[in-house]
Amino acid sequence: MIINAIFFYLFAAVCVASAVMVITSKNPVHSVLFLILAFVNAAGLFVLLGAEFLAMILIVVYVGAVAVLFLFVVMMLDVDFVELRQGFLNYLPVGALVGAVLLAELLLVVGVWVIGPSVAATAPIPPPGDINNTQALGLVLYTRYVYYFQTSGIILLVAMVGAIVLTLQHKANVRRQVIADQVARTRSSAIDIVQVKSGQGLS
Amino acid sequence: MIIGLGHYLSVAAILFTLGVLGIFLNRKNVIVILMSIELILLAVNVNLVAFSSFLGDIVGQVYALLVLTVAAAEAAIGLAILVAYYRNRGSIAVEDINLMKG
Repeated sequence: MIINAIFFYLFAAVCVASAVMVITSKNPVHSVLFLILAFVNAAGLFVLLGAEFLAMILIVVYVGAVAVLFLFVVMMLDVDFVELRQGFLNYLPVGALVGAVLLAELLLVVGVWVIGPSVAATAPIPPPGDINNTQALGLVLYTRYVYYFQTSGIILLVAMVGAIVLTLQHKANVRRQVIADQVARTRSSAIDIVQVKSGQGLS
Repeated sequence: MIIGLGHYLSVAAILFTLGVLGIFLNRKNVIVILMSIELILLAVNVNLVAFSSFLGDIVGQVYALLVLTVAAAEAAIGLAILVAYYRNRGSIAVEDINLMKG
């Protein structure tokens, strides 16, 4: 149990510290790298909570895809980030005030809550050692929540189509493959049969 | 030294607050604002998984999975809008985004 507490404090401290660095770092590339660190440590917290599948998904999807996407965009756009940081200190007092109030309220809520006596688990987690977390998640995700699963797939499809539509650009003087033209070719338009007399050749 | 639900909720509250603070501090930089939104969604996920674990109910993890999906879609669309905007205007400063006079 003591090792559990040590790892909890380690992951929580590194996660919070890297979140602070995300929002205060001067260079957005460093922000993205600290965001990756925050996600990895949150995945560690998920493992401590017994949600191994979500921890793995967090690392695969976020560190592998979303953070790299951020990194790619930050490096692709040639933006003067120093200029964008103007006014950072101007917003600090009001931001700190709002943040302090929000944090105080959230921590007060954390301090006094109780779980209602009539709360019962709708889909109880099976006892550890019986089946693992991934299997337990799959047993409810593909049966009772299959419509939500399909809906999230549609959301990802729409996001993919939207991202492609937003960023695809056609340049005027680039020759591209036009599949309709290729399919519409017929024998008469494509080849020309010439009867060549012997010894004369084509003029 | 027992780590209870309150500990995880406190970490999530701090992460959430840092995300909101990041939006306030980096008012001009859209990329850092998007990263702050990711931090907020991460805090929400920590809350969901913590409640799921301590209540013994796996539905919280299903919901966290859906939140992850929406967050990934949001990041992709946000960054695509950013790239398209940078191509048109040559800038990503938030105060330059005033074409619609909103």
